Amino acid sequence: MSGANLFFLQLINGLNIGSIYALIALGYTMVYGIAKLINFAHGDIIMVGAYISLLCLNAGLPWYLACILSILVCSLFGIVMEKLAYKPLRKASRISLLITAIGVSYLLENSFQLIFSANPKPYPGFIDLPTLKIGAVSISANYYVTFIVSVALMIILNLFVQKTNMGKAMRAVSEDEGAARLMGINVDNTISLTFAIGSALAAIAGILYSNCYSPINPTMGSLPGIKAFIAAVLGGIGSIPGAVLGAFILGMIETMVKAYISSQLLDSIVFAILILMLALKPAGILGKSVKEKV
Amino acid sequence: MNKEFRKQLTIDLATVVIGYLVLGLLIRSGVINAYSKGILLMVCINVILTVSLNITSGFLGELALGHAGFMAIGAYVSALFTKSLNLIPLVEFPVAILLGGIAALIAGYIVSIPALRLRGDYLAIITLAAGEIIRNLLKNLDIVGGTKGYTGIPNYTSFTWAYLIAVICILASKSLIASRHGRAIISIREDEIAAEASGIDTNRYKIIGFVFSAFFAGVGGALYAHYLRFLQPGIFTLDKSIEILVMVVLGGMGSIRGSVISATILTVLPELLRGFSDYRMLVYSLVLILMMLAKHNDQLRALFDKALSSFRRKEAAHE
Amino acid sequence: MSNVLEVRDLGINFGGLRAVDGLNIDVAPRQLYGLIGPNGAGKTTVFNMLTGVYEPSDGTIRLNGELLNGKKPHEIARMGISRTFQNIRLFRNLSVKENVLISLDTQVDYGLFSGIFKLPKSFKQEKAMEEEALELLKVFELDGYADTLACNLPYGKQRELEIVRALGTHPKLLLLDEPAAGMNPQETQNLMDAIQRLREKFAISVLLIEHDMKLVMGICEKITVINYGTLLACGTPQEIQNDPQVIKAYLGE
Repeated sequence: MSGANLFFLQLINGLNIGSIYALIALGYTMVYGIAKLINFAHGDIIMVGAYISLLCLNAGLPWYLACILSILVCSLFGIVMEKLAYKPLRKASRISLLITAIGVSYLLENSFQLIFSANPKPYPGFIDLPTLKIGAVSISANYYVTFIVSVALMIILNLFVQKTNMGKAMRAVSEDEGAARLMGINVDNTISLTFAIGSALAAIAGILYSNCYSPINPTMGSLPGIKAFIAAVLGGIGSIPGAVLGAFILGMIETMVKAYISSQLLDSIVFAILILMLALKPAGILGKSVKEKV
Repeated sequence: MNKEFRKQLTIDLATVVIGYLVLGLLIRSGVINAYSKGILLMVCINVILTVSLNITSGFLGELALGHAGFMAIGAYVSALFTKSLNLIPLVEFPVAILLGGIAALIAGYIVSIPALRLRGDYLAIITLAAGEIIRNLLKNLDIVGGTKGYTGIPNYTSFTWAYLIAVICILASKSLIASRHGRAIISIREDEIAAEASGIDTNRYKIIGFVFSAFFAGVGGALYAHYLRFLQPGIFTLDKSIEILVMVVLGGMGSIRGSVISATILTVLPELLRGFSDYRMLVYSLVLILMMLAKHNDQLRALFDKALSSFRRKEAAHE
Repeated sequence: MSNVLEVRDLGINFGGLRAVDGLNIDVAPRQLYGLIGPNGAGKTTVFNMLTGVYEPSDGTIRLNGELLNGKKPHEIARMGISRTFQNIRLFRNLSVKENVLISLDTQVDYGLFSGIFKLPKSFKQEKAMEEEALELLKVFELDGYADTLACNLPYGKQRELEIVRALGTHPKLLLLDEPAAGMNPQETQNLMDAIQRLREKFAISVLLIEHDMKLVMGICEKITVINYGTLLACGTPQEIQNDPQVIKAYLGE
């Protein structure tokens, strides 16, 4: 394969992994915006989504039902998680919230490990569409479907947040919770809704991810989770376009580093980028910097 | 104060010596067999790791998720030293421990530079990233075996060494906290802006907290390496950092006595309860969540206090 | 005698907003100085610039002739400006005494090594700090609360403790941000007396932000009024009370 074709292939890979990161990063960024919480357990929702859909598929349900069920269960998970673990701590210190989030993440991973065992399970891919050929490069259906679905969801989400009343309520709460409450916005419901949407997106990310990268295991969500978080930070946490931009940048960086520099040092490089970004421009590419009020 | 301090010191030293003599005798006489002795060594090592993490997470009030990384640096550096040189253990080992500690301290200092600009969530993420970078680099370092692991490390970690160093770590931490430096560190946790306004150079004290913590993590790692005699980057994952964090949280953030007790319990308990290992991380995750919820819920807290009051009785608000 | 504090053409921008503009303040030694103005006038922002929390966009701040621009808050604290906060900022989970010990840190110099190994120098200095802390607490009769956690103090006492803590850095200029907020008239009266006592006892200047006009007019020798971040009037309480501009700003047209 020629160098140009190889590069093109890497580009496709980058877009693929970038789209998955984007879906996860959106959840991170929305939850952070509204609850000022790094929801460490968010990555594990991917895993929950993957397993629920796997159960449904194995039970013989058609793929669309499996997807819908998985999305519903994950949304419910998100809401319950918020109500049980985070809501009681809304006034608590940041460190308490973070520790709780880590706890929830480990709880999910380990309870799934007990239920489904730590062994990887093959995931029956269900995206059955023809391979796309562009010149000498062929793109598998998994890849372009992932890309199209992600982009479509991002557009819908952005429209939702910008245009609908519920979306406006979400923005209002993330701007100033107290003021939003005074304006008659139901803050609790808005936060629940945010968790539900974030988790639904994570479920879809989980399903797409499993289609591309079978088999699946109970810790499958933690690394993409952290990577997506890095993407959200890169783009500016709290910003929806930022999360998408950050995710595609990170996806590209990862693929290119893997292809042209070193796949062994990949994680070091990605984490070093995170540290540099946080140290030099903590607000991210599209984020706003906020000063602490004295 | 002087008199009070001397009295306290006498009591502390007496406890330490008696503890050593009793445990030493039990080992000598064979009441504590080789297996139990291994657990005892791990108790000492985990006490060191927990107390040192408590300095950053409990007293300074910053969640540090890279403790396993600093531990790894101490472990690998000390092992590299003892494996390369062949001096008598009595000379070689303390130097190796010190080197391990210093190497981790330097790493801690480097991590603290970007960390100074950030607080809370972001700082936690930076320490997590630092821990992962350390582990990733170790995987690619062939002189210490890479992913295959580093074998043939001499068996130097005796009960005496582990006990002695755990005691040093506890005393040094208590002493730090009782000094003006310790007060400054705590003031950052309480209110960073007020601390600055009171003339506290918060950056300086954050660094002190970080490097102190990293140093003892490295020392703990050095002991661990010469107990296990085999190292692998896979030992020092985020899970390991979280495990130490669980010990800190259970013992009480900002309580050294609590750290010692919880490190002991959480090291011994899994060994006593067969089959517990399957549920260990599950239980740990519940510990994290419940402790945090209890901290902010009076009813839950009352319940917890009742359960824990037996060994927390004499505890002041902080040590 | 030269001024303790000299502020010249002070200004700061937040994004596009000019929060403070062209402000001059001169505080003489042992002067009680009031900074007043409607809500959002930029008073606390001025305090934040004086103490290094915000860096001014323009202008200079001098303490006894020394330039403070660009200095960090803790450096400024050590140079002699100390402050309290509008929303009390105590070290809540530490004892009353420890709150003061932390600002007394500026008065001792034993090192980390001495601290960890408890060398005689650390003992001597710790003892002196302890004594001074109790001495300072007596100013507000807080010595009886020395071992109480700061968060368990009644509200009024918390405000007083914050002042005591601010005295721990041995300031030349004390900034009080709404010290009487939330106090009843009797407590406010006590506070006024205390502020005057402090000035005599520690020979310091006091610059205070306050909405309680009785307090401001009662004890301040000089007052600056700001509105929308700019100077509205400056003078003695008498002059300020009769200034038509000030009356307009406070009472409207």
